[in-house]
Amino acid sequence: MTVKSAIETKLRERFSPESLNVIDESHLHAGHHHAGSDHHEAFDGTGETHFRVQIVSAAFEGESRLNRQRAINRLLADELNAGVHALAIEARAPGEPVRRQAR
Amino acid sequence: MSSMNEWIDNEVKSNDIVVFMKGTPSFPQCGFSGQVVQIMDYMGVEYKGVNVLTSDDLRQGIKAYSDWPTIPQLYVKGEFVGGCDIVREMFQAGELKQFFEDNGIATTAPQPAAG
Repeated sequence: MTVKSAIETKLRERFSPESLNVIDESHLHAGHHHAGSDHHEAFDGTGETHFRVQIVSAAFEGESRLNRQRAINRLLADELNAGVHALAIEARAPGEPVRRQAR
Repeated sequence: MSSMNEWIDNEVKSNDIVVFMKGTPSFPQCGFSGQVVQIMDYMGVEYKGVNVLTSDDLRQGIKAYSDWPTIPQLYVKGEFVGGCDIVREMFQAGELKQFFEDNGIATTAPQPAAG
């Protein structure tokens, strides 16, 4: 099972999202290297290292941004400890507006 | 409480705004840290940048301190606010200026447009 599908499965089981996108953005980070980080080799862009999660779930209603992210980070702790270097999270409750980062 | 934990605790409580980041405000070494720096600079607030790449103890210590697995981390008045995604969402939603002012911190950023 790929890391991407493992992340999707865990998020679906835990949050029963009405929509879910797990996007592998590793290729956007090809060649960069964080000096002094836990990752000792430059990313070649082929590994599953950088993900963006876009999730809409009723489970987030009334929860602060901090609590939403904490819940997701805890759920995916194994992945974060085993090679997933960055996890961007856009967690919304149904009906909340989408705010997209300008690229 | 470990000495690193005490050091971090003192940093976040003795400075109004602290960003724990990879690199420095003038030379961020990670895109996520760079985004938070850009937002702080846009807001026109004074903040202290702490480069976690200077110490392995610090890099692990800050994750334990906030129970948060990633860097950057923003602290305001001793409270953990969030990482890059949360800071950016607050900024884009127009909440950040009010948040700073509610905490008694002056900003020079223009008032965000309503809505």
